[in-house]
Amino acid sequence: MLRHILAAILAASLLGLMAPHPAAAEDQTEQNHPYEPPPPPKLKWSFAGPFGHYDQAQLQRGFKVYREVCANCHGLSLLSFRNLGEPGALGYSEAQIKALASEYKVQDGPNDQGEMFERNGRPADRFPAPFPNDNAARARYNAVPPDFSVIAKARTYERGFPWFIVDAFTQYQEHGVDYIAAYLGGFEDKPPPKVNIPAGLQFNKYFPGGGNSMPKPVQIYTGLVTYDDGTPQTVEQYAKDVSAFLMWAAEPHLEERKRIGFQVMVFLIVFAGLLYFTKKKVWSAVKGHT
Amino acid sequence: MSGHATYQPTSPFMKWFERRLPIVGLLYSSFVAYPTPRNLNYWWTFGGILTFFLIAQFITGIVLAMHYTPHVDFAFNSVEHIMRDVNYGWLLRYMHANGAAMFFLAAYIHMFRGMYYGSYKDPREVLWILGVILLLLMIMTGFMGYVLPWGQMSFWAATVITNLFSAIPGIGEAVVTWLWGGYSVGNPTLNRFYALHYLLPFVIAGVVGLHIWALHVVGQNNPTGIDVKSEQDTVAFTPYATIKDSFLMVVFCILFAWFVFYVPNFLGHADNYIPANPAVTPTHIVPEWYYLPFYAILRAIPNKLMGVGALGASIVILAFLPWLDTSKVRSANYRPLYRQFFWIFVIVCVGLGWLGSKPAEGGYVIVSRIFTAYYFLHFLVILPLLGLFEKTKPLPNSISESILSPAPAASVT
Amino acid sequence: MTTVSAEPTRRDFLFIATGAVGAVGAAATLLPLVSQMNPDASTIAAGAPVEVDLSPIAVGQVVKVFWRGKPIFISHRTKKEIDEARAVDVKKLPDPQADQDRVKKDHDEWLILIGICTHLGCIPLAHQGNYDGWFCPCHGSQYDSSGRIRQGPAPANLPLPPYTFLSDSKILIGETQPPKA
Ligand code: HEM
Ligand code: FES
Repeated sequence: MLRHILAAILAASLLGLMAPHPAAAEDQTEQNHPYEPPPPPKLKWSFAGPFGHYDQAQLQRGFKVYREVCANCHGLSLLSFRNLGEPGALGYSEAQIKALASEYKVQDGPNDQGEMFERNGRPADRFPAPFPNDNAARARYNAVPPDFSVIAKARTYERGFPWFIVDAFTQYQEHGVDYIAAYLGGFEDKPPPKVNIPAGLQFNKYFPGGGNSMPKPVQIYTGLVTYDDGTPQTVEQYAKDVSAFLMWAAEPHLEERKRIGFQVMVFLIVFAGLLYFTKKKVWSAVKGHT
Repeated sequence: MSGHATYQPTSPFMKWFERRLPIVGLLYSSFVAYPTPRNLNYWWTFGGILTFFLIAQFITGIVLAMHYTPHVDFAFNSVEHIMRDVNYGWLLRYMHANGAAMFFLAAYIHMFRGMYYGSYKDPREVLWILGVILLLLMIMTGFMGYVLPWGQMSFWAATVITNLFSAIPGIGEAVVTWLWGGYSVGNPTLNRFYALHYLLPFVIAGVVGLHIWALHVVGQNNPTGIDVKSEQDTVAFTPYATIKDSFLMVVFCILFAWFVFYVPNFLGHADNYIPANPAVTPTHIVPEWYYLPFYAILRAIPNKLMGVGALGASIVILAFLPWLDTSKVRSANYRPLYRQFFWIFVIVCVGLGWLGSKPAEGGYVIVSRIFTAYYFLHFLVILPLLGLFEKTKPLPNSISESILSPAPAASVT
Repeated sequence: MTTVSAEPTRRDFLFIATGAVGAVGAAATLLPLVSQMNPDASTIAAGAPVEVDLSPIAVGQVVKVFWRGKPIFISHRTKKEIDEARAVDVKKLPDPQADQDRVKKDHDEWLILIGICTHLGCIPLAHQGNYDGWFCPCHGSQYDSSGRIRQGPAPANLPLPPYTFLSDSKILIGETQPPKA
């Protein structure tokens, strides 16, 4: 009897899952079905895995790309200059941070006359915003360029079954950076045939729906950011470096987290082992138990 | 075996004190001398694990509250401030967020344990119902906590869940406005959710007290499901249960630490790292995993009022379990048919969880309906009938006999 | 079940080891819980030194600026105030300290103090009291024109913040040495 019940549930469920997808059925008849981006390629990251750590040279290069290209539109509003020199960050010295901060103008005030004024940045200052407010950005680009402070954790892509479970065990946590790196290299001048992109939008192979408001960042497509350490000045390299920088910006304590994590793991395993043997000893006095 | 049944103060001060407030005696009889069945397996350690996580949530939560700002303009940034600037703030926040998930995982295991071994049956009905109340309180607490970081998922979860109440005929809209303190989810909502998120865990702690009290009145169930008959059947809580509980607790902490240190955002949603934006709904809005089965039930039903009703019923029905299950035998070890239906039920619950994470369209909806129907069928039809028709296996005479005489399950070294 | 032997057994060792490891774990857990109450990184960074331009401060004027959330008094002393501060018999003061030790060399006219009463933390009022200095309205402590306690319940002189002259008209509060360029 039981077998039959199980079988019935299973069969009905399978039938249900295979039932025609009303949305899908419509799509096939219509010309412009929504564009489904391919999954971004999985890249190798120095900060992946249980012993991951940031590659300082890469973060510095990524910061350079950010400053020269992205910072024109994207803020880093939750970060201060001082963060760049903290442990596990870009490895800048205090003097370098001071010099860097003073290259920025920040608003301060009000002064004794009640007026706001501009002064050179200090390490404790936040990165200044590229636009005075969202509406100013919208007026210019028809969209608000998202802030970059936590963007590497705010983006992801669908992994699907069973990968999303496997990821918990393999510690794959780099969905965000993989997506960002792919996206930056994914600008194409013409969408593939049959894909319609609304006027005014730019096609990007990895962007959900395909059409996005960000113009192609020409500087990184033409090698305009100079690297002084001999790293190749290619789109892929720029994209990878700036993504790594954004991962750091979103998760500045990653190295500390993984380091403490390892210590905690070792501790817990040893403690669990000791407790196991203690438990065995204690219970050995009770008849019939191991 | 169980040593002194009562605490005997030795020092003059303790004698003086105990005559006035016998608290050490109470603790001693509850957590040291308290007799526990000697055949409890590891599924019985989850009560202790739950207590541990309640305390852990309290500690990390109170610490987070020292740095968090419940205001729509500052909430998101204050959580980021915790993550970036507060000493070990990232650790405390990841512990609190993942601790909530571990708490629910332990609670679900604890409940399925109760279902498998019939721990809800006479005389443990009140104990079981207190557990269902705890689940409800946890659901509310976790939901309001999830709203606090004020990301996109926080905001839209708050909107969707509070809107459930709009299904109430007649007064629905008024109730929702009252919950919000406005005409949409906004600052008054966030502020009161924070106050309630702080309050409800204390209510939980109170109900946990009642739950443990009720437990100590009726005693623990055990894998055979038969009653304790003599002192032979029990061992003292300390050291036997304490050491066993501690061992599994630490093992469970390994899982917890894995999430906290290596995949801290695995159980969360990327969208919640986008600050709340009342103008844009995320394309896929999904609750935390521990609510997914209930969410699937909600969406399986095409009618608003009925959907909300089914969601509520799926939890409330648990409170009636002691009377819906008509079998006299407690443990599924002696109920061959029930045992199989139990596992089907587990699969259906996990399946509902998976469906809750899928978009509500096409085939998924159909399967959700089948599973939802089965969920209720299990309680309303299968359990009442099984008790009447099932042929159960013979029960052992006593707990000690089930261990000491060569029964199939017990292994002896 | 009580097998007590005179010598430590392996069993005792196991129990002690388990207990000790557990205790270490509990202590380690306390660390972040205690540490989180200390000033966080942004608070420490915001406590960075502050530069103050002295040129607008007239003789006889006292201005208040903030450093690390504390009020700092900057007093541009008159000749009379300096002379009074130096005329007292230092040995007779409750908290003996010469005025010369409370100002920077060659900058006798500038007295820089942490403006927090050493009794229980109120902010004393300038140009009040019997000593041409400060008077604390909370419980009546009186400080002289060198910020030294003269009368009332406060036990000590108003403390001096770390500071340094960057030029004759500019100080940096929070640093004892001018920063290297
Ligand atoms: C039953 C116990 C508790 C549960 C299940 C629980 C659950 C949660 C959850 C799911 C979150 C959202 C986590 C995130 O994604 O950021 C949260 C946040 C929060 N909880 Fe709790 N919590 C509990 C107890 C407490 C207590 C006792 C307090 C303080 C008295 C507290 C204070 C906070 C604060 C301040 C936040 C916001 C900070 C953040 O989002 O990380 N919680 N809680
Ligand atoms: S605080 Fe100034 S006199 Fe008491």
